[in-house]
Amino acid sequence: MPHISLPEGIPGISSGFAFRPETAKPMRELAHELLHAPNTLSGAERELIATYVSNQNDCYFCQTSHGAAAAAHLGKNADTVNQVKNDFLQANISGKLKALLVIAGQVQQGGKHVSSESVREARKLGATDLEIHDTVLIAAAFCMYNRYVDGLATWQPHDPAMYATMGQHLAEHGYTTPSPKP
Amino acid sequence: MAHIQLPEGLPGIRGAMAFRPETAKPLNELVEILLHRPNSLTPGERELIATYVSTENDCYYCQTIHGAIAAASLDGDETLVKKVKVDFMNAAISEKLKALLVIAGQVQKGGKHVTAEAVADARAAGATDIEIHDTVLIAAAFCMFNRYVDGLATTQPRDEEMYRERGKRVAREGYITVSKDYMPQAITR
Repeated sequence: MPHISLPEGIPGISSGFAFRPETAKPMRELAHELLHAPNTLSGAERELIATYVSNQNDCYFCQTSHGAAAAAHLGKNADTVNQVKNDFLQANISGKLKALLVIAGQVQQGGKHVSSESVREARKLGATDLEIHDTVLIAAAFCMYNRYVDGLATWQPHDPAMYATMGQHLAEHGYTTPSPKP
Repeated sequence: MAHIQLPEGLPGIRGAMAFRPETAKPLNELVEILLHRPNSLTPGERELIATYVSTENDCYYCQTIHGAIAAASLDGDETLVKKVKVDFMNAAISEKLKALLVIAGQVQKGGKHVTAEAVADARAAGATDIEIHDTVLIAAAFCMFNRYVDGLATTQPRDEEMYRERGKRVAREGYITVSKDYMPQAITR
């Protein structure tokens, strides 16, 4: 049961958003800019970073919904999502994305864990300053979203079809419009 | 030295925000609503929550600037701010705020650390659902802001007077207004 009276029948972060629309607006806009707006990193790459960090933070709703969004972007290569969650260094992704995931994992542990070596490695593999910035901020932002979703003890149904529908919606439309109700 | 090429002369989060105004806009709006807009929790109480979480996350820039904003919101009481950072249970603050700081400290460790007991205690001390919600979200948001500021290795000058003066201005004018110093006008509106 959620720690506070959240609207019923709305899963995960959407219930926090419905409870407090004032804070939902900038939180949606931030996710939209980081994960969906045009960027030199693809939608799939950015959703994989979000999924990986949410997995490290053990947030079921976030890792499953963003994993579904990444899968929707990846189409026939959707199994890459599980590879990244299990062992991204062996996953079927670019060396640059691996280097960015190393940075994201350091941010998840704490800002001071980010090392000059890992930043240099990412740059050597072609990452730009903007891509490094966005990786740090995506990872940091998911340390917020994950804590928000679990810290309120939101309802997180285990329903693969619901997450697949949500992932498709997020991949196509982004974050400024609510996902269809389950 | 910062991990990426940030604009010079803008310490802490300001350099990062000037580097990327598209993300700075929702970040400033979020912090404005959580810490500055009218709320049943006072700005002083909310800034103390932000300061406490930033201290737990060991972010010098964030704990110092939000500590300064908290002090400015609390008649300049820097001693109280310091006490909350090191030992809030024995600080001269309400039982309700102590209970909310317990929740904030749990969020800082991870969302699943928040216990039903801590929430029940906060409610018994008079906290409303929206106050509990905002406490969780302030704590979660500072787990983002702190990581953003330290994760880019931003410049964080050891200059208490700079934070004190800036803190007074932010307490008076809010985050969005003050951000106009370094954000392009079109983005801040």
